[in-house]
Amino acid sequence: MFQFFPLGIFSYLIGGIIIGLGVSFVFLTTGLHASASSFFSTTISYFSRRPYFQQKEYLNSRDWRLTLAAGLVIGAFIYTIAFSSFFTTSVEWWRLAIGGFLVGFGTRLSKGCTSGHGISGLASLSTTSLYAVITFIIVGILTAILVQALGVLP
Amino acid sequence: MRVKRLFVFLGGLLFGFGLAASGMTKPEIVLSFLQLKDLGLLLVIGGAALVTGLTINLIPKVMKEPITGGKFKRRERILNKRTIIGAIIFGIGWGVSGQCPGSAVASIGIGNVPILIGIVSMFIGAYVMGRFFS
Repeated sequence: MFQFFPLGIFSYLIGGIIIGLGVSFVFLTTGLHASASSFFSTTISYFSRRPYFQQKEYLNSRDWRLTLAAGLVIGAFIYTIAFSSFFTTSVEWWRLAIGGFLVGFGTRLSKGCTSGHGISGLASLSTTSLYAVITFIIVGILTAILVQALGVLP
Repeated sequence: MRVKRLFVFLGGLLFGFGLAASGMTKPEIVLSFLQLKDLGLLLVIGGAALVTGLTINLIPKVMKEPITGGKFKRRERILNKRTIIGAIIFGIGWGVSGQCPGSAVASIGIGNVPILIGIVSMFIGAYVMGRFFS
């Protein structure tokens, strides 16, 4: 047990349950599925006239998705000032850049990310999301282990 | 509608608070899962999906419609090649950097300034997908 959870299980379980309560609250009050990655495409729709970004679904959801993103930032900020301290990652900028590009591209191609497929999708008992989650977890593990084996840390 | 956006904002606050409490706003902790040193991330996704699953599947049985109106619907996506190829590309990016969309955005709130590089890159990736591959 301990070697699988060196930091304990408490923060993970509590954090996961609070995330679930947030997503549930949005569903209960509005019927919307609060997931993250669409936010990139819907926000681009304010600037790009391309038909893909001007699709109705994006235009109709871009305002609330921006609001959700603001909630994410401020919610994390409240936790940090109340219970934790500010943090700066030591993952190098080029990893954030290359990884970020692939995350943006891949999640939009797949129409979901860790929250869209991983939380709302699994919660909706969607087999599409289950396949997506299994795929990105396996590929993520293989990639991270390879990157580590090449001597890139953390 | 204003009330609807207020509810989305409040739910977002909880979502972001939970992301920070779980440590997922720190790429290092996500990487420690992907390197199989700490399996906590599974508890985070599992806990969140379980709570949300109970809500999505049980609430429509006791309530007719969401509080601000509209309809209760499951999140449906059609499975095709793009779902899986996209998940593979996302998995590579996740494994390289320890970032995913929600945790990266929330990470701004813990003062993690370098994450802005990742977020700008996610926008570029989303743009290239929509511009050239849609």
